[in-house]
Amino acid sequence: MKNILKDLNKAFENKVRLGIMSALVVNDSLNFNTLKKLLGVTDGNLASHIKSLEKSEYIMVQKEFIDRKPNTKYSATEEGRDALVKHIKAIEQLLK
Amino acid sequence: MNKEKYIEDIKDIKDMMNRSSRFISLSGMSGICAGVFSLIGAYLAYETIYSDQEYFEYRWTNLTNESLIILLAIALGVILFSLITGIYFTTRKAQKINQKLWDQHTKKYLINLSIPLISGGILSLILLLEGYGGLIAPLTLIFYGLALVNGSHFTLKETRSLGIMEILLGLLATYFVGYGLIFWAIGFGLLHIIYGAFMYFNNKI
Repeated sequence: MKNILKDLNKAFENKVRLGIMSALVVNDSLNFNTLKKLLGVTDGNLASHIKSLEKSEYIMVQKEFIDRKPNTKYSATEEGRDALVKHIKAIEQLLK
Repeated sequence: MNKEKYIEDIKDIKDMMNRSSRFISLSGMSGICAGVFSLIGAYLAYETIYSDQEYFEYRWTNLTNESLIILLAIALGVILFSLITGIYFTTRKAQKINQKLWDQHTKKYLINLSIPLISGGILSLILLLEGYGGLIAPLTLIFYGLALVNGSHFTLKETRSLGIMEILLGLLATYFVGYGLIFWAIGFGLLHIIYGAFMYFNNKI
């Protein structure tokens, strides 16, 4: 039981962060607006959760310009993928 | 320790993965309609080709140019009506579940669906014009099945098993060439209705 709890990731206890990671692991990358629409959250809320995931090095940020407008794309890092998989496995163990 | 929270989390993860990477607006209703139109089309085609033969015996076809044109018209009609109702119900479902109808997932789905579909369509047309009409039913079934399987990575997962069923049916129909229209009616008619209804109730819309 203790081992299982260890694998449950604090970072994913929040629904928005869990949503961001779930969307990013099945897509090469997503931009800010797409994430916002998918999750149905405000700019500020999304930005703060993105920042915290970035800090944990679970997601990567790429900035580029499309028609001179900034377009920021986010993608999951290898570490982030592993963390989410571990988290899901831990939940499945718990539910058994 | 809160089991319900985790069950909900898992549901959220799955839902988000699907919504962010697949074309999920595909409506089961469009499958049902396509099935019904196909059955009507198969009946009309039957009347055109086999009007004076025994019902359950091996069939041979004597395609005249005139009946060929009628058959092509029936096929076009079935495709057209299926497309119109398909787009209508899919648009409606997209609105209901608050999704954009046209996005990169729709595009990916349609491109992957089209590659086998168009190849099969052109091949069938050539064979029909060259006088190999008997192979049309099996080939359209097989290529349609391949198209569904190919597209299934980008949409509702039920379409994959529908595709596999169509391929199997097409292979059977290749062996029993004379019964092409019956296989065609089962594959495009019955299977569409069954899977459409299944998808409709499974996805609650």
